Amino acid sequence: MNKISVIIKREYITRVRKKSFIIMTLLAPLLMAAIIIVPTVLMMNQKGDFKKIAVIEEKSDLFKGVIKNTREAEFIYLENVNINEFKTKFEKEGYYGVLIIYPEIITTPNAIDLISKKQPPIGLLEHIERSLEKNIEKQKLAAYSIGDLDAIMKSIQTDVNVQTKKLDEMGNVQKTSTGISMALAYIFGLLMYMLVFIFGSQVMRGVIEEKTSRVVEVIISSVKPIELMMGKIIGIALVGLTQFMMWVILTAGVTTVLKSTVLEKSGITEITQSMPQNMMSQNQPVSVEASKQEISPELMEFTRLFDSALNQPWLLIIFSFIFYFITGYLLYASVFAAIGSAVDNETETQQFMLPVTIPIIIGLMVAMGTMQNPESPVAFWCSLIPLTSPIVMMARIPFGVPFWQIGISMLLMVVTFIFFVWMAAKIYRTGILMYGKKTSWKEMWKWLRYSG
Amino acid sequence: MSIFEAKNVSKQYGTQLALDNVSIAVPHQSIYGLLGPNGAGKTTLIRIINQITGPDSGELFLEGKKLRPEDVQRIGYLPEERGLYKKMKVGEQALYFAQLKGLSKAEAMKRLKYWFKKLEIIDWWGKKVEELSKGMAQKVQFVTTVLHEPKLLIFDEPFTGFDPVNANLIKNEILFLRERGATIIFSTHNMESVEELCDNITLINKAKTILEGSVDEIRSKWAANEYDLVFDGNVKIEGNGHYNILDHKFENNKSIIRLKTTGAVNSNELLQTAIKSGTVISFNPALPSMNEIFIRVVEARN
Repeated sequence: MNKISVIIKREYITRVRKKSFIIMTLLAPLLMAAIIIVPTVLMMNQKGDFKKIAVIEEKSDLFKGVIKNTREAEFIYLENVNINEFKTKFEKEGYYGVLIIYPEIITTPNAIDLISKKQPPIGLLEHIERSLEKNIEKQKLAAYSIGDLDAIMKSIQTDVNVQTKKLDEMGNVQKTSTGISMALAYIFGLLMYMLVFIFGSQVMRGVIEEKTSRVVEVIISSVKPIELMMGKIIGIALVGLTQFMMWVILTAGVTTVLKSTVLEKSGITEITQSMPQNMMSQNQPVSVEASKQEISPELMEFTRLFDSALNQPWLLIIFSFIFYFITGYLLYASVFAAIGSAVDNETETQQFMLPVTIPIIIGLMVAMGTMQNPESPVAFWCSLIPLTSPIVMMARIPFGVPFWQIGISMLLMVVTFIFFVWMAAKIYRTGILMYGKKTSWKEMWKWLRYSG
Repeated sequence: MSIFEAKNVSKQYGTQLALDNVSIAVPHQSIYGLLGPNGAGKTTLIRIINQITGPDSGELFLEGKKLRPEDVQRIGYLPEERGLYKKMKVGEQALYFAQLKGLSKAEAMKRLKYWFKKLEIIDWWGKKVEELSKGMAQKVQFVTTVLHEPKLLIFDEPFTGFDPVNANLIKNEILFLRERGATIIFSTHNMESVEELCDNITLINKAKTILEGSVDEIRSKWAANEYDLVFDGNVKIEGNGHYNILDHKFENNKSIIRLKTTGAVNSNELLQTAIKSGTVISFNPALPSMNEIFIRVVEARN
């Protein structure tokens, strides 16, 4: 046991000190932060493209002040203007476009023109249309002379927003969001795939290095081959976890710093800043009316997502993630170690890599499909079969999986990973001492049956 | 008493027989040569002694007790194919191997400093292995092999890759280690070093033992009544009923004659006859070199 820890230490320290490790550890969070920050910055820049639009009515003044200013555009109502003359010079006066409303608008929908040099964005058109429609409806309603019209209008104003709720095993209702579940499924599925694959193949490269440099013979005259193999596998797993933790911490750090320096001035942080108070009050009954006045639609959506994220079965997710990472990684890493032991150099690994890569790729593909339909038979079976279950089950869990399925999947996983480690150790033991011969599947099958 | 014994060891890889009922007994504080052509089974036997692989049948004993997995701490092994981590620093690497052999870090450090100074490689402590010459790396590996002061040392071709000066340095270290109580199993193709160093040998060919015993005995046995007789000046002698002349050379004003006695003549009688022919400078029984014996034995079997 003591010797294994010496091996683990060496595998860990030599890797963590490598330049490539340090660079990857520092660079990846910057990239991640960029992925988070850049879209926001782009959005900000879009807003900087502020449009001034002149509103002119032909022969009437029914719609003065009807179209409200938005973040993207300001509407300036002009009176006593010669339309034809203004059409030619609006650009020089700093306007993006001219909106000309004809009196027939009440009865004819297209009696309105927006003249501009560029194609106006769809959001702008929708805003104009919605404002005018509402106003015209109101005017038409007013023509029926109903008393208390304003009060009636206010009381019939409605807003619909489907709240997805999930019944758990105990019959409790939980607020969820399909969006969050999908995001989590995606993140965990992909993360599992990356960790297993990247660090699994590092194990393989390490084994090949020891074999080609002939260090292995000296080492296994001191320790058992299985000790060397497990020491390497565990050491690299720790490297993986270290890198992963560093990424999480650094990404969070970099994102926070960038947010506060780049975005603070622009006021985009207002949503997140007002979050905490809102979160605190979420347990108290807040009247629809009140919350509507306080919270903008974006904030409502954000709160809902946050709520849903909190309602995810986090304990189960974290436990399963650790479980599937350890067993899945051990399973694949030991197979990779066996492959590494059977070849003389990395180019020879191709023929053995393919059958190992296929289940991982299938797992990833099914996991991506899982997000569309977590209950599909393919997703169900792949989340039980041990070669794909670490990836697929992790993608399914955020959508809710019955405990018996998780139980069976984990049981199968444990049995299989023990079997694979045992088999890999037998191949490894023989393979690391074989040189110069091109290994075939048949050869490896023979090694499996050699006695100690 | 034997410090190490292998009794009737056999090992098969698939259909290939690597060792067929091989036995060796290594006396305490001796140097034991393990000889044989390439692919004879030497490496397999060495790996079995190191418990890298197990035998199919047969038993192994260290100091009279059955060999156990923990005994790796009492064995030092220098494989023929030298291997070090290329990207790792020399000192760290030596420490790593020492710890794998069960030494504490502090103790390993102390002993490493001693050996690195002794072999004049202390300046290389912080260098990476890939920056070292082949001989340097060999020295480092030699140190890692002997550092834990094992009772039994196994050297597989220890002198390859060394220049004559360093080869001699290593040879003296091996002799020094024996003096301090270690026993050495020594596998090589270099027959001169066998004559020089080994007390006993076993010659393995095609998985079987074909020759074993002490080096002196084997050489005398194969000597077969041959003598080298050297005279001052040009001396000619004829063969008679007691001996035959095998070879006659005249070099540097000396006559070197190899003769073979026909049986019932002892060396004194032979010398007495020789004195009459001229001035004798030297008279030696002509022992065949281990090289000759090796070739003759192996070729006879093939």
